[in-house]
Amino acid sequence: MNLTLKIWRQNGPNDAGKIVDYPVTDISGDMSFLEMLDLLNNQLIEKGEEPVAFDHDCREGICGMCSLHINGEAHGPGRGITTCQLHMRSFNDGETIYIEPWRAKAFPVVKDLVVDRSAFDRIIQSGGYVSVNTSGNTQDANAIPIPKEDADKAFDAATCIGCGACVATCKNSSAMLFVSAKVSQLELLPQGKIEANQRVINMVNQMDEEGFGNCTNTGACEVECPKGISLENIARMNRSFLKASLTK
Amino acid sequence: MSELDAKIPEGPLADKWTNHKNKINLVNPANKRSIDIIVIGTGLAGGSAAASLAELGYNVKAFCFQDSPRRAHSIAAQGGINAAKNYQGDGDSTYRLFYDTVKGGDYRSREANVYRLAEVSANIIDQCVAQGVPFARDYGGLLDNRSFGGVLVSRTFYARGQTGQQLLLGAYSALSRQIAKGKVQMYNRHEMLDLVKVDGKARGIIARNLVTGEIERHSAHAVIIASGGYGNVFFLSTNAMGSNVTAAWKIHKKGAHFANPCYTQIHPTCIPVSGDHQSKLTLMSESLRNDGRIWVPKNKEDVEAIRSGKLKPVEIKAEDRDYYLERRYPAFGNLVPRDVASRAAKERCDAGYGVNKTGQAVFLDFASAIQRYGKEAALAKGEHNPTKEQILKFGKETVSAKYGNLFQMYEKITDDNPYETPMKIFPAVHYTMGGVWVDYNLMTSIPGCYALGEANFSDHGANRLGASALMQGLADGYFVAPYTVGDYLADDIRTGSIPTDTAEFDEAEKAVKERLEHFISNKGTKSVDHFHTRLGKIMWEHCGMSRNAEGLKGAIDEIQKLRAEFWKEVRVPGKLNEFNQELEKAGRVADLMELGELMCKDALEREESCGGHFREESVELDGEQQGEAKRDDVNYKHVSAWEYMGEPKDAKLHKEDLVFDNIELKQRSYK
Repeated sequence: MNLTLKIWRQNGPNDAGKIVDYPVTDISGDMSFLEMLDLLNNQLIEKGEEPVAFDHDCREGICGMCSLHINGEAHGPGRGITTCQLHMRSFNDGETIYIEPWRAKAFPVVKDLVVDRSAFDRIIQSGGYVSVNTSGNTQDANAIPIPKEDADKAFDAATCIGCGACVATCKNSSAMLFVSAKVSQLELLPQGKIEANQRVINMVNQMDEEGFGNCTNTGACEVECPKGISLENIARMNRSFLKASLTK
Repeated sequence: MSELDAKIPEGPLADKWTNHKNKINLVNPANKRSIDIIVIGTGLAGGSAAASLAELGYNVKAFCFQDSPRRAHSIAAQGGINAAKNYQGDGDSTYRLFYDTVKGGDYRSREANVYRLAEVSANIIDQCVAQGVPFARDYGGLLDNRSFGGVLVSRTFYARGQTGQQLLLGAYSALSRQIAKGKVQMYNRHEMLDLVKVDGKARGIIARNLVTGEIERHSAHAVIIASGGYGNVFFLSTNAMGSNVTAAWKIHKKGAHFANPCYTQIHPTCIPVSGDHQSKLTLMSESLRNDGRIWVPKNKEDVEAIRSGKLKPVEIKAEDRDYYLERRYPAFGNLVPRDVASRAAKERCDAGYGVNKTGQAVFLDFASAIQRYGKEAALAKGEHNPTKEQILKFGKETVSAKYGNLFQMYEKITDDNPYETPMKIFPAVHYTMGGVWVDYNLMTSIPGCYALGEANFSDHGANRLGASALMQGLADGYFVAPYTVGDYLADDIRTGSIPTDTAEFDEAEKAVKERLEHFISNKGTKSVDHFHTRLGKIMWEHCGMSRNAEGLKGAIDEIQKLRAEFWKEVRVPGKLNEFNQELEKAGRVADLMELGELMCKDALEREESCGGHFREESVELDGEQQGEAKRDDVNYKHVSAWEYMGEPKDAKLHKEDLVFDNIELKQRSYK
């Protein structure tokens, strides 16, 4: 198939940036979206032009590095997938495709489609862990039985890949889904309960400091999340934050 | 005399590690504060090492090329992590895990290292649970286990099909805690481009800030390389796009021996190549071979009919199918180890029985499992006379509960529904057992330079068992390096911080800059990917699943020519001092090309078949094992460690003899 790509080009954080048109031809439906961009880039290089910068690594939907806004949707059309899992058979011959970076104040553009998501790292650093040393001299793993239901819920929250689609999708650029997933995972497990109050306060404060917006319960983040992280996590975090604020 | 002293502690196997720990030097807490350590890579090995060393009190600088340490490729591991906990009471023990690993590695690993790995494995699970890693649990709230290939017990801990992700996020959280405390300085989007040696010791690195393009100098008292494996030398592999050999190769060029580079694991169940533009291959978990049956048609006419779309695979009668693993290996059937299953698929495809357009695919069929589970489920539901439709429905439900996410992933990529038609699979490069040579302390042949995880060669011999890579990464990082690195640093308590304004740093930085400038100013015509693809084809054809002397010699010649062409013809757009992904790739591919040649040289030198290394000249000619791999313990019971001498072709071979005091050497049989 033949397509017209409208791609955001921005030379650096201070450049204004603009949409540039690129026609691509002979695209096979079996190609992944990123392979289609590889093809474009190799053509640009051989013509002596600058290739399009975009983030990607594992190309199997787990590292969370790829991050494109395609036709106005985080990770493009289709649910439960990252951009690297999107295949060209989802598009039609002759179609025009808009490709843009994640747009959020807390995710400044590095170049073209690449953004800086280190704000997420700093949120985790503010409390997204259990304070245990890695000596190996902890208690036996089976000394703390955990009800299967809690373990499964904690796991569901823990599958977040930190890609930032929730922020990119949210009209307020809120990071509540990301933060609540980590808060929930640890709070649901006995190991994480001890620090739960301080954790939720620290992580929410850090989130605010980074310039993410507020949550207005629209739920778009849950729809676009490639790992299906549930809004319930946000509700849980709100309860925990309130409780922690009152018991402080 | 050989300079390869593995420094294996004296004493009985089971006491070596404990005795060693009791005797090594310690550094007091106040002195640790004045010692710096650099860690390259933040996967399971690097992330856990950086966190552990920082907790002990050292100043750690950690580097990763990704935008966050959480993205290291350990995250993609699916199946699980082995540990000798014996929670199932099925007779597991440290010794059994040790034995299975040495045997699975086809007797080409070091006994003492593997025993230590088995010994610390149980602690890994304790540690990860304490960190909040959500392993699978049963209804009583205790940890669940499953079985993996090549073993007779259930010792694999797992977190659905995302075990690597959960373990890596555990290490990342420990690392994040130390970053918050200021004990780890994290350098995201940075790539190590050379090692700096001062008086023969590793004392720092030259790194490039991938966002600004700036070249930086970083000094330390020890440098740890945990940069993963080099499967991307084949271009198409299950590795991440950025996975590379650069850090490991740079230390090799500065004096670290590179061991057994030809030991490569080709995983049998991956989604086949679909076209010329494919950038990577996707693994389908080994667990699928528990229920899937592998076959190709018996008759060539059927093969043709399937390729041209005239016949559907389900239309081929049972008697016209060749379930070749069940035929060749009745005892193990579809659950033979990875190297054996991969070679058998290649044999059928080479003989012309491949079932897709390219002839490079075999079927993995769940129809029998759906039938079997369907009947069981019907009985359980009280349906003693179920209809065909009911059986299919119940069967699909059971299969979906077990493998749903994998089936979904398969369908997304191939647009085929594996509940209705068999999956098409083909082997793909997955893991590299070879790597930087290290002694028992995980120190390379450069004093103060260590290699951990997949980057080293140490524990898996010539073939790695499923669920053992995660175990080794975390064992090295959490429990081995924190002791052994401290032992070395005990001599450095009076050294003080290492200055970076010295001739050694000047020289290393100059060489790095010159190479980068060459790429940018070269007026070639072809992209980096163009050369990487060609390298991959040479490697896959001649140094892949099966190798022979003639092919390897030809490959060495071809790679040398390709390298020369690369340096002349490569085009790298953009500038030095900016975010430039092509420039990053160019450096990595240049290093992979040198490594590729060394791999072929190593494969040529090793005239035996062992584990993942299959030499066509070394097969059993008669008897029950006719046609199977033939190991040669008389001539090749050693580690081949290569010393860099200027060009890959001039690399000098050092041999470390492998001594087996506790295990009897036997031929692996799966018949």
